Amino acid sequence: MEVCGGQTHGLVKNGIQELLPEGIQLIHGPGCPVCVTPIELIDHAIELATREGVILCSFGDMLRVPGSDKSLLQARAEGGDVRVVYSPLDAVDIAREIPDRQVVFFAVGFETTAPANALSVLQADRLGLKNYSILTSQVIVPPALEAILDDPDSSVDGFLAAGHVCAIMGLEEYEPIAHKYGVPIIATGFEPVDLVQGILMVVRQLESGQSHVENQYSRAVPTSGNTRARDIIQQAFSVTDRKWRGFGKINNSGYRLKEPFVDFDAARKFGLTSTDTKSDNDCRAGDVLKGILKPISCPHFGNKCNPEHPLGAPMVSSEGACAAYYYYSSINETI
Amino acid sequence: MCLAIPGKIESVSNDRDPLLRSATVAFGGVRKNVNLCLVPDADIGDFVLVHVGIAISRIDEDEARSTLATLSELGEIEELSP
Repeated sequence: MEVCGGQTHGLVKNGIQELLPEGIQLIHGPGCPVCVTPIELIDHAIELATREGVILCSFGDMLRVPGSDKSLLQARAEGGDVRVVYSPLDAVDIAREIPDRQVVFFAVGFETTAPANALSVLQADRLGLKNYSILTSQVIVPPALEAILDDPDSSVDGFLAAGHVCAIMGLEEYEPIAHKYGVPIIATGFEPVDLVQGILMVVRQLESGQSHVENQYSRAVPTSGNTRARDIIQQAFSVTDRKWRGFGKINNSGYRLKEPFVDFDAARKFGLTSTDTKSDNDCRAGDVLKGILKPISCPHFGNKCNPEHPLGAPMVSSEGACAAYYYYSSINETI
Repeated sequence: MCLAIPGKIESVSNDRDPLLRSATVAFGGVRKNVNLCLVPDADIGDFVLVHVGIAISRIDEDEARSTLATLSELGEIEELSP
C-alpha cells in the first residue's frame, strides 16, 4: 500500500502499476487529508462561510467536496466569503489586513501540514490577532496504518510510507508497527523512480522474510525527521481522537489546539457543536480509502461520479485515488 | 496536499523573529516567498522542499547523489538523461 495520495497519482499517472510483474498489487492508502475529513467538519466550514463578517480561507481542494447539503463552492456562489489560499500564513496575512472581519482557516492536513497550521497560530498569537482562528482537521498516519492492518478485510503486505510525512516525523514511530505486524515499511518519495525503488525495497524485504523500516527518500528525510517542525507542532497541538471518513473514530489519530491557544480554535470561538450529517448519495469513498475497493470497481466511477459532479472527496482532491484513475487511467483496465 | 516541491533559495530576509525568517525560492521559472523557520540552517544556494509556503526540509545533496548512484546500478539512470 502506498500511503500517500500523491504517490497514488504518481503511480497511476506514470503507468507504473501496469509495468509491475504479476503478484505485486498496489493498494491505495488513505493519505488524502481532504478525503478523510468527515462531512461534519465540511458542514461546519460551510456554516462559518455563510456567517456575517466571516472570511473562510481554505486550500483549493476542499471547495468542491460535497457536505451534507452543499459544497464550499456552492456556499461561495450563494454569497459566502470563501477564499482559496496557498498557505495558512496567507490567511494570517488576510486577518492582519482586514482587522474588522473574522478570518477562519480550514486547517486540514497530515503531519506534513501540521507545522504550517501550527505556525499560523503561533504567528497570529505573536502578532496579537484576535480575528484569526483555525477549524482543525489534523490527522496523523501511524494510527491509521494500525487500523488498516487490524481490519480483517485488509491484505496489505508492505507499505510505501509517505515521504513528506516522514520528513517531519522521522522513521522511529514506524518501527513498532513494522515489528508488530511483520510488514516492511519504506519511507518513499514521489518521483516515478522513487516509487519503483520503494516497491523494490518492499519486495526484497518480503522475499528475505524481513520486516523493518527503511528510507528510500533519504535526500529529503533525515532518520529523525525535522525536530524543529515537531517542536512547533508540540507547542500548538496535543494528540486527540479524530473521526476519519470511511474509518470512523480512530484513537489518538489527530491533533487539537492546546489550552494556551484555544482562542484560535474556530469550533470553540463560534460555538460549533456536533450536528447530524447526511450523505444521501452512494459514494463508496470509505472502501476506497481503506484500500478495499479500487476506484474503477465502483459502480458510479466515471458516470454518476466525476470531477465536475463528484459524489465524494476522492474524485475531486488532487490526491484522491478516484481522481487519479479518472484523469490518468484507462477505464478499461482491469487491475 | 502533502505535495512538496523542491526549489532553490535565491535570497534570504533575516527577520529578527525566527518564526518570520523567509526567502525567495525559485521553482524553475516561478518565484515565491517561503518561510524558513523549520530549516534554520538553510541559506542562499540551498535546495529546500516547500510545502504550503513553508520549507520543511533541506535537500541533502550527498543523499540525492547516492540515490542517483543506486538508480544507476539498477540501469534506470539512462531513463533520466535528456
